[in-house]
Amino acid sequence: MIRTSGLTKRYGRTTAVESVALEVREGDRYGLLGPNGSGKSTLLRMLLGLVYPTRGRIELMGSPVPRRVADALPHIGALVEGPAGYPQLSGRANLALLDAAGPGGPRRGRRARIEQALERVGLDGIDRRPLRAYSMGMRQRLGLAGALLRTPRLLVLDEPTNGLDPLGIQEIRELLAGLNAAGATILLSSHLLAEVEQLCTRVGVMDDGRLVLQDELAALRTPTGRVVVHSPDADAAAALLDGRVEARDGSRLVVRHAEPSALNAQLVAAGVRVDELSRERRTLEQVVLERTGAGNDRVSR
Amino acid sequence: MIRVELVKLLRGRRTWLYIALLCALPTLVAVLLASTGIAPPPGRGGPQAFLSAVLSNGQIYPAAALAMVLPIFLPITVAVVAGDSIAGEANTGTLRYLLVRPVSRTRLLVAKLVAVAAFVLLAVAAVTVTGYLVGVAAFGTGQTALDQPGTVTSLSGVRLTQAELALRLAGTIGYISLSMVAVGAIALLLSTFTDSALAAALGALAVIVTSAVLTPLDAAAAIAPYLPTFRWLAWVDFFRDPIFWRDIRRGTLLQLGYVAVCFGAAWANFTTCDVTS
Repeated sequence: MIRTSGLTKRYGRTTAVESVALEVREGDRYGLLGPNGSGKSTLLRMLLGLVYPTRGRIELMGSPVPRRVADALPHIGALVEGPAGYPQLSGRANLALLDAAGPGGPRRGRRARIEQALERVGLDGIDRRPLRAYSMGMRQRLGLAGALLRTPRLLVLDEPTNGLDPLGIQEIRELLAGLNAAGATILLSSHLLAEVEQLCTRVGVMDDGRLVLQDELAALRTPTGRVVVHSPDADAAAALLDGRVEARDGSRLVVRHAEPSALNAQLVAAGVRVDELSRERRTLEQVVLERTGAGNDRVSR
Repeated sequence: MIRVELVKLLRGRRTWLYIALLCALPTLVAVLLASTGIAPPPGRGGPQAFLSAVLSNGQIYPAAALAMVLPIFLPITVAVVAGDSIAGEANTGTLRYLLVRPVSRTRLLVAKLVAVAAFVLLAVAAVTVTGYLVGVAAFGTGQTALDQPGTVTSLSGVRLTQAELALRLAGTIGYISLSMVAVGAIALLLSTFTDSALAAALGALAVIVTSAVLTPLDAAAAIAPYLPTFRWLAWVDFFRDPIFWRDIRRGTLLQLGYVAVCFGAAWANFTTCDVTS
């Protein structure tokens, strides 16, 4: 679907994106993570032909970008850095103008397309209020409706759940999962790890303009070879497992051990009571924090 | 895309506000002239002469109305509308959504220029029609002139029939519209460089004011013929008898040149710039 190589963007002396080799495969739910200012938005803008790369190559659905980006764009729904519209017009009027611009399909089906898109994002009940009276969440939904006006094969969404309340976030997550199940590939950027962890199958992490990590989410979260044990007899457990205990915090022990069931049997056989015992998995947060520095919005001395 | 831009223009409340303001000025002047009967003395030549002539026949008032809005009002509204073209879309963030629809940058720019031209024609036509209606209502159609009822005196003193007058007015509308489209093209060019519609409009007005200041300056005589405002008033020659074509022709070429150069530069910039708004 998307493949870039050596993709670099410089603005004067500052480098926004440096040698990025992004790969999004058909059917992926790809989550692009990274702190603010890490180059996520610039990367997405380059993919969509809005910003021209300084160096490197982009292939978007088989078309080289930016040269033939117009071949791919009709199959793409995009949300780029927040929704936008004409503030004095209603939501429907905004979608109608968007639908009329570019290859949107025949005029006859316009109303049906708009109603369908509004229904999908939960805005089918909106009245004729102008956009400027919309809440942040409503704007976000309208932006998503714009991206869904024609059934897209690829969705490129920059921070799609920005401004939504927890229920709204869940709704959008289900919507995206449904679209993905129906065949749409999804590339979304976010700085919310939980969002990506819950929705995505594949993760890329940007830091300071570089793509420092790109892998299947499942692969990133393989067990670490350690077992976490909670026991009221922590002292006894520590004595029994001497040498294998890597960390202890009150009743919580981190034990180097490949087989949780064998470890459990050993503890129980020795008369050590066990409250809880599980494989240690790294959270996505740990994975990301290991690879990235602080975001650009922190200004330290 | 052109249709979309025209819809946006015609549905914009601002468009009609500007046109209403443009029509208000000649109406106010007509009311003052009609109620006091004091017109500028004739014989000065130039656009002022129309105001002397209108007291005897209101049908010449459209030309006077155009002369009133041409130097300041009309260029301001055109610069504001054209300056908003790209910068306004960038400012609301809609530019990026249009481009990923996708609308090609070239098509978008052409549609914007067409919309600016449509606004100019609409504005000039509205002022002309208002001028005619107000003029006839306030000053009559010259039926009181005993020798040739219904005719209008040209600036050269020859009488024009109504058909002749209509043709000359049409030429005037065309010439003024072209001059204003050139102003619009300057604003459109600046509009591709900034996210601020106001900056683009003020920039275009700065160009017009600079040109207007330099035009009468002897020291600037060498460059004066190439300044955008230099032949703005050449349309007055439509009301001479016979029509004095030389300046009209040169002015037309000059304005076409401005449209071509500014639009070309706008295209060169817009199709190669990063859209980061």
